[in-house]
Amino acid sequence: MTRYLTRRVLQMIPLIFGITVVLFAVIQAAPGGPEAALLESDRFIDPAVIEAYRARLGVDQPVPVQYLKWVGGALVGDLGMSFSTTRPVTEMIIERLPATLELMGASFLLATILAFGLGILSAMKQYTWFDHLGTGLSFVGIAMPVFWFALLLQLVFGVWLGWLPVAGTETVGATGLGDHLAHLVLPSLVLSFRYVAGWSRYLRSSLLGVLTADYIRTARAKGLSERRVVGVHALRNAMVPVVSVMALNLAGLFSGAVITETVFAWPGIGRMFVQAMFARDYPLLMGILLLGSVMVVIFNLVADVLYAALDPRIRYE
Amino acid sequence: MSNAGQGIVWPRLKKHRLAVWSIAIVALLAAACFAAPWLAPYEFDAIDLANIRQGPSGQHWMGTDDLGRDLLTRLLFGGRVSILIGVLAAIIGTGFGSLVGSLAGYYGKRVDSLLMRFTDVVYAIPTLPLLIVLASYTQAAAGSMALAIGALSWMTTARVVRGEVLSIREMEYVEAARSLGATNTRIILRHILPNALGPIVVGITLAVGNAIIMESSLSFLGLGVQPPTPTWGNMLMDAQATMSSQPWLSIFPGVAILLVVLAVNFIGDGLQDALDPRSVRR
Repeated sequence: MTRYLTRRVLQMIPLIFGITVVLFAVIQAAPGGPEAALLESDRFIDPAVIEAYRARLGVDQPVPVQYLKWVGGALVGDLGMSFSTTRPVTEMIIERLPATLELMGASFLLATILAFGLGILSAMKQYTWFDHLGTGLSFVGIAMPVFWFALLLQLVFGVWLGWLPVAGTETVGATGLGDHLAHLVLPSLVLSFRYVAGWSRYLRSSLLGVLTADYIRTARAKGLSERRVVGVHALRNAMVPVVSVMALNLAGLFSGAVITETVFAWPGIGRMFVQAMFARDYPLLMGILLLGSVMVVIFNLVADVLYAALDPRIRYE
Repeated sequence: MSNAGQGIVWPRLKKHRLAVWSIAIVALLAAACFAAPWLAPYEFDAIDLANIRQGPSGQHWMGTDDLGRDLLTRLLFGGRVSILIGVLAAIIGTGFGSLVGSLAGYYGKRVDSLLMRFTDVVYAIPTLPLLIVLASYTQAAAGSMALAIGALSWMTTARVVRGEVLSIREMEYVEAARSLGATNTRIILRHILPNALGPIVVGITLAVGNAIIMESSLSFLGLGVQPPTPTWGNMLMDAQATMSSQPWLSIFPGVAILLVVLAVNFIGDGLQDALDPRSVRR
C-alpha cells in the first residue's frame, strides 16, 4: 500500500507540471495582454505609463522567465500579484476559500443523502412508478442548464412562496446560524442536483447487479428482512464503485460552483473567478485554475485509493 | 466507411422506444429551427414597441419580450444557432478525440504515453472555468464558440477510442491488411476506425447535448453569441431580470434546451445499447 501510494504521488508531479504549462500557455494567449483593458478606454494614455504598468506587473520580461517566476512562486504558495487589486493572489483565494468549501461540503452532503435514498428505494422497487420517476428525474437533472434551474428555484421559493433567501450568505441586520443555513439551501440544492441524478442511478444499477449474487440469496434464506438484505448486505458491496465515482465528482463541484455562486451572489472563489475574468486579472484566473486542477488530481488519487481500499479483490499493482 | 453494421443497428435501436421518439422530436425541432426564415411569423429582430412584454396569445404564441419581439420567432432562430454550435462542437471535439485516441492506440509506446499524458493534463483542468477563459478571448461568434467548446470536450473520446484501437489492432484481419502492404493511415481509417465507430457515434450524440448546455452557461455569463442574434442561451440571459414578471420569457427557451438535450441523451443511450453487441435488451 505504501509503495503504491508513493508511486501514485510521484506520478502527480509531472501531471501538475504539465498543468502549469498548459495554464500558462492559455493565459499567454490572451489577446492584448493586461494593458488591453487600459487601452480600450478612449482616453490617450502615455506609452511610458503603459510601459511602467507592464514593468510593475512583471509582464515586460521574456515569457520563459515569467513562467519560471510563477512556478517558483507557486511552489512556495505565492501565486503572484492580482492585476485588479494588486494584492497577493494567494491571500485573495484564502479569503474566499471557506465560503466555497462550505457550499461544496453542503452540496456533497445533500447529494449523498438524496442519492442514497433515491438509489436504494429505486432498486428495491425496480420498475415501479417510483423507479421510473427517479430515472426521469435523473435524466432531467443532467439535461437541465444549471443556472436556469437556479433561476426557477429563485422564482418559486424566493419570489412566489417567499420561503427562502435567494442571494448572499446572510440577511442584512440578521445574525445567527438559522439565517445563514437558509441562505445555503438553494445554492447547495442547485449544485448537488446533477450529482443526485448521476449517483442515484449508478447506485441503483450497482445494487441491482449485486442483488442477484448468491450471498444475497443466502441472506434472504436466513429470513432477514428485505430492508436488512438491501440496506446492509447488498449496499456494502454495491457502494464500492459509487464511492469512487463520488470522490471523482467532488472536484467537479468546483466547476459547478462558478455558475452557482454567480447566480446566488455567494462570495466564494467561483464568483471571484467570473469577476477576475471580466477584469482580465490573469494571475488571479491562473491561481484559481491551478487550485481547481490540483483538487481534481488529488481527488482522482483519493478515488483510486478508496476503490482499492474498499474492494479487497483489487491489487495495488 | 463500412456499412455492414447498419442492418443490425436500426432494428435494435427501434426497440428502444424512447430513443425513437427522441429522434423524431429532435428531427422535428431541428427542421423547424432551420426552416425559421420561412416558418417564423415575424422577423427575429422586428421591434414592436406597441406590443412589448405580452403574455402568450393567438397573435404571439409565446408572447413578446421587452422590445416587443415575438418569442416564438426568436426561439426558432435561436435554436438554429444553439443546435449548430452543439453539432459543430460535438464533431470538432469527438473528431479530435478520435484522432488522438487512434494515434495513441495504434502507434503505442512513446506516441501513446505522450498523447495520453497530454490528455490527462487537459482532463485535470476544470472544464467550465477554462472554457470561460477561452470564450472571453473569442469574438463570441458561433464558429469560435463551437471551436472553444470542442477544444475542451475531446478527452473522454480520446481515452475510449484508444482503448478500442488497442484491442482492434491486435486482430488478425489487421495483420492481414498489413501483410498486403496497406499503409498505416489506410489501416487506421479503413480497418480500425470503422470498428471503433460505436463509441464514437455515441460520444458525438452525448457531446451535442453537453455543448448546448455549455453554450447556455457561457451566454449566462455574457460570453456567448452577442445580441441581436438570438441563441437559447442568450435568450435565457436576457430573461433573467424579468423572471418574476414575465416568466414565459425564460420558461420557453429553458424548456427548449431541456427538451433537446434530454432527447439527444436518450438517443445516445439507445445507440449505446444498439451498437454494443454484448448488450441484450430486456
